Amino acid sequence: MIDIQNLDVWFGDGHDRVDAVRRATFAVNAGESFGLVGESGSGKSTILRAITGLAPTWSGRIEIDGQILHGKSRDRTFYKNVQMVFQDPYASLHPRHSVDQVLGETLSLHGFRDIDTRVVKLLDDVGLGTRFRFRYPHQLSGGQRQRVAIARALAGEPDILLLDEPTSALDVSVQAEILNLLCDIRDQRKLTYLMVSHDLPVVGHMCTRLAVMKDGEIVEVMDVAQLRQMKASHPYSQSLLDASVAQ
Amino acid sequence: MSDATTWRAWLLTDAPTSRRHARLASFYKGWLSLRGNTMAMVGLGILVGLLLMALFAPYLAPHDWKAQDLGNRLQPLGSPGHVLGTDSLGRDILSRLIYGSRITLYIVTLVALIAPVAGLLVGTIAGYVGGWADVVLMRITDIFLAFPRLVLALAFVAALGAGIENAVLAISLTAWPPYARMARAETLTIRASDYISAIRLQGAGPIRIITRHIWPLCISSLIVRVTLDMAGIILAAAGLGFLGLGAQPPSPEWGAMISEGRRFILDHWWVATVPGLAIFTVSLAFNLLGDGLRDVLDPKDGGIE
Amino acid sequence: MTLLDVQNLWVKFPTRQGIFDAVRGVSFTLGKERLGIVGESGSGKSMTGRAILRLIRPPGIVEADYIRLEGTNLLDLTEKQMRAVRGQRISMVMQDPKFSLNPVMRIGDQIMEAYLLHNRAGRADARKKSLEMLEAVSIRDAERVMRAYPHEMSGGMGQRIMIAMMLIPDPKILIADEPTSALDVSVQRQVLDIMDALVKERGMGLIFISHDLNLVAEFCDRVLIMYAGRIVEVCDADRLHDAKHPYTRGLLNSLPRLDHPRDRLEVLQRDPAWSDAPSVGTQE
Repeated sequence: MIDIQNLDVWFGDGHDRVDAVRRATFAVNAGESFGLVGESGSGKSTILRAITGLAPTWSGRIEIDGQILHGKSRDRTFYKNVQMVFQDPYASLHPRHSVDQVLGETLSLHGFRDIDTRVVKLLDDVGLGTRFRFRYPHQLSGGQRQRVAIARALAGEPDILLLDEPTSALDVSVQAEILNLLCDIRDQRKLTYLMVSHDLPVVGHMCTRLAVMKDGEIVEVMDVAQLRQMKASHPYSQSLLDASVAQ
Repeated sequence: MSDATTWRAWLLTDAPTSRRHARLASFYKGWLSLRGNTMAMVGLGILVGLLLMALFAPYLAPHDWKAQDLGNRLQPLGSPGHVLGTDSLGRDILSRLIYGSRITLYIVTLVALIAPVAGLLVGTIAGYVGGWADVVLMRITDIFLAFPRLVLALAFVAALGAGIENAVLAISLTAWPPYARMARAETLTIRASDYISAIRLQGAGPIRIITRHIWPLCISSLIVRVTLDMAGIILAAAGLGFLGLGAQPPSPEWGAMISEGRRFILDHWWVATVPGLAIFTVSLAFNLLGDGLRDVLDPKDGGIE
Repeated sequence: MTLLDVQNLWVKFPTRQGIFDAVRGVSFTLGKERLGIVGESGSGKSMTGRAILRLIRPPGIVEADYIRLEGTNLLDLTEKQMRAVRGQRISMVMQDPKFSLNPVMRIGDQIMEAYLLHNRAGRADARKKSLEMLEAVSIRDAERVMRAYPHEMSGGMGQRIMIAMMLIPDPKILIADEPTSALDVSVQRQVLDIMDALVKERGMGLIFISHDLNLVAEFCDRVLIMYAGRIVEVCDADRLHDAKHPYTRGLLNSLPRLDHPRDRLEVLQRDPAWSDAPSVGTQE
């Protein structure tokens, strides 16, 4: 479903060049949930941005659903197929647009006609209900906002969701609700997840395999069984594991 | 009474039931916080008064504004029949002031329609598209900014000919660059935000993003800036009128009135002072309102914590 | 020995819909210990910390029977006397060091300024003391850090520098408001260890405000759990996992755990009775 080979992503030019990702290679199967784990600045979010075309300067090979991507332009079928949920629900919704406007506009961009019924259905799917339809973001809590962001990502009925730390800005009890919601949606819609997080237990809960990143490089790809047994082969992943479960 | 409270509750709800309801509710909340600002309400009151004065000028004015009465010239304040006195041609100053409010509003409206819109267009395109478009547009803006405003307006009027319309055009042409600068700066921050990335990922094109997503956020600060600049615009128009390059003599434009009164300023001070006070009052009103609007229109309105 | 004694603390904000109570009748005492205050966003935990230092800005109102710092009621002090308390006797470390350090001043100058503000000393003394403090928070090349500007520092370094600055006047109490939330896990631990060692060495009282239950359980001696402006439960940190209140239990259970895989996470069912029940007192 997602096949990434020798991906390099950099920002700036010449003297100021910063290599955010170096020679990243991994593949995600259809229906699988794959985690990218690392500390801040390890380049994990940058991979998502390169896939979606938000980070324009990259080299290597990105193949999504059999389609090889180039540069930063993506066509309509890509946007219909791949969607993203951002980290900060306070920053990912337009402050002047009501929930109805956000979802309605997204649906019309994807060429749907029956927008009214679809908005209601989307709100229902993410557990918000129609009460919230005409509210503005400042009238919503963080968890509710993230649900709206998830509804927006689901509007085009994608097959792949890219999740960029979807719960790190939320309280733990709200995090549980959102993670449950993401699991339910995945099962209902047979979605493929690529999830970025710094939180190992969260990735352990959501994903079946994960890649550990450090300074822009993938140091290890392991499956969740290894993670649960706390058996990482690379010393860095081991130290990360120890730091997050030291009790 | 109970009817009023249910309306209030309906407008203050946190869970609107329709698009219209949501819009009315957010409008009402804005109005409430503006109403809490006494100075802004004073400004708004003066401006509403100005508007009414312009609308009902024929009924309010005690005399014909162009009726000359040379035997009755330069009457002081409070003389019978002429509360604010008469000017050098014996015309009633109060009537001229009242009719002059129409011209003032006309100038203000036209400039407010031209300059910010031009600035918004240039600024958001430069900011969003970036690259060469940004460089070219912003250098043009810089060139306009480098001229002293009144001198540039003078040059335009000299080229186009004297008259109110040309004065408005000249003022607008010199007023847009600051708006373009501001709109560009805001666009640069907005462009980098997650919600713009999100809508790009839905396949939205640049025109849609600029008009539907960036403009609504720029407009509020632009409105504030325009109301704060209004004073300057009125003064510039008055300045052009004073120099004889704006409204032409018989017209009761306030700046032109000062200009006429200046010859008698030592012996008959009120002829120039009264229209000056009118300009001062309206400018102040715009400033007060602009200050209040800034608080209301700030998009960062959240709760506590 | 009691350093700080807070009785019936309220923080109120007038809003258009009436008065909003951010903190509602909170009482607790602090000795020479590490006291954790845990709660979700909006539970009033940060407000409690700020209210002690009277840092709530108008229109917010702080009310309490008393807030006693070693016997003196902070509510009776004038604003000028209060300024002497802040920093001198109670210090506060904020969440993000980026916003607490002046971006256009060298770090060394900022630390020295903090020292000179509270002590009569020459610049050479201040410099020596600053270097000592930086070394105390495990900064190895203190000389270089003194010359650097805040933006050249990483988050963990920045937070250590903040702690160093806060400790210079030798306060009795340190209030740390989410001091490590902006940091990576591995750095988090280092910063906590440094704070821990300093607090122990100097016999200070620490109020550690955080949303992270596990972190607090591990790091503190005693924990207050706040919900909707009230303290719903007080317990010893090492017995947090035996907590009784359904809110605390709910918070603990909603965390995904590596050693306990589950298909679905437990969702906290909020009971309105929790916010109505009076605060749990901690009079010992």
